[in-house]
Amino acid sequence: MRVLVKRSSAVQEFEVPRHPSQTVLDVVTYIQRKLDPTLAYRYACRVGMCGSCAMTVNGVPRWTCRTHVDKVAHDDSLQIGPLKNLPVIRDLVTDMREFFNKWARAKGQFEGARTRHDDFEEISPETRNREAVDAGIECIGCAVCYSACDVVAANPAYLGPAALNRAWTLLNDVREKENSERLRAVAGDAGCHACHTHMDCTERCPKHLSPTAAIAGLKRATARAALKGEL
Amino acid sequence: MTQTVLWLAQRVTAAILAVCVAVHLATIIYAVQGGLTAAEILGRTRGSTSWLVFYSVFVAAAAIHAPIGLRTVLGEWLKWRGVWREVFLVFFACTLLWFGLQAVIGVFA
Repeated sequence: MRVLVKRSSAVQEFEVPRHPSQTVLDVVTYIQRKLDPTLAYRYACRVGMCGSCAMTVNGVPRWTCRTHVDKVAHDDSLQIGPLKNLPVIRDLVTDMREFFNKWARAKGQFEGARTRHDDFEEISPETRNREAVDAGIECIGCAVCYSACDVVAANPAYLGPAALNRAWTLLNDVREKENSERLRAVAGDAGCHACHTHMDCTERCPKHLSPTAAIAGLKRATARAALKGEL
Repeated sequence: MTQTVLWLAQRVTAAILAVCVAVHLATIIYAVQGGLTAAEILGRTRGSTSWLVFYSVFVAAAAIHAPIGLRTVLGEWLKWRGVWREVFLVFFACTLLWFGLQAVIGVFA
């Protein structure tokens, strides 16, 4: 199989043998171990949990450890590059700092009112809030949505789908006590209202989450708060 | 806060425009049956308070809706952000309102 890798210096071509159930991460690992040890890439768990191996594969952002070559190769060839919308450190490794700084700016930290001396809060799985949390909580922070988002490309300050999805799960967490501040954090020029509902994030999320639905929820919540004069 | 208010304003005016555009298009289709003349249009609109109110609301909604959308286009395509963009958009909104209302009054009076 012909593999074109977009490296920091130039696009480099490799020949990689095909195997059954081979993943794109297997291909990159083969290149680094057998053909060119200077190739830089990032991975950790290899089972779709850690969110560190995302790359652009044939123009589409994907988690490479769970992407089978059979599903994405065109004419027995692959083009692999770093994620878009993030600065490249080297080859296939992107700088994720801004991505996670945006989680912090969207107030992605949980601030509960209880201490370790209090009992557990009992939350029924059937409540509307908890269902909303369940729908978005499985994010692994891989930045595939962020890389796929056209609004991030056009407006670099935009917080992005993952950070806003995180804010939405916390907004629906009944234990959370900082939600007024969180709503203000996501209501600015770079916040939820910048989303154009293209749904690229939802289309590409490897965990099949819908950041678009989370962002729509934030738009409704901020609008309600603004009408009540609480924003 | 500003973004939320702008977003709400754009959604509300979009709902108004949806109705206004539908009524406007339906009227056009109805009016052109059997030919269209200036006299026929003016005969319908002159002195009609209902059409005056309808088109004034239409113009006001468009004057609010369009600059908010243009604000995003200017920010994303031309990277024009900051206070001068807002000044330009207020001017643009006033221009739309002025010319729109001139037209409305023109067919009413």
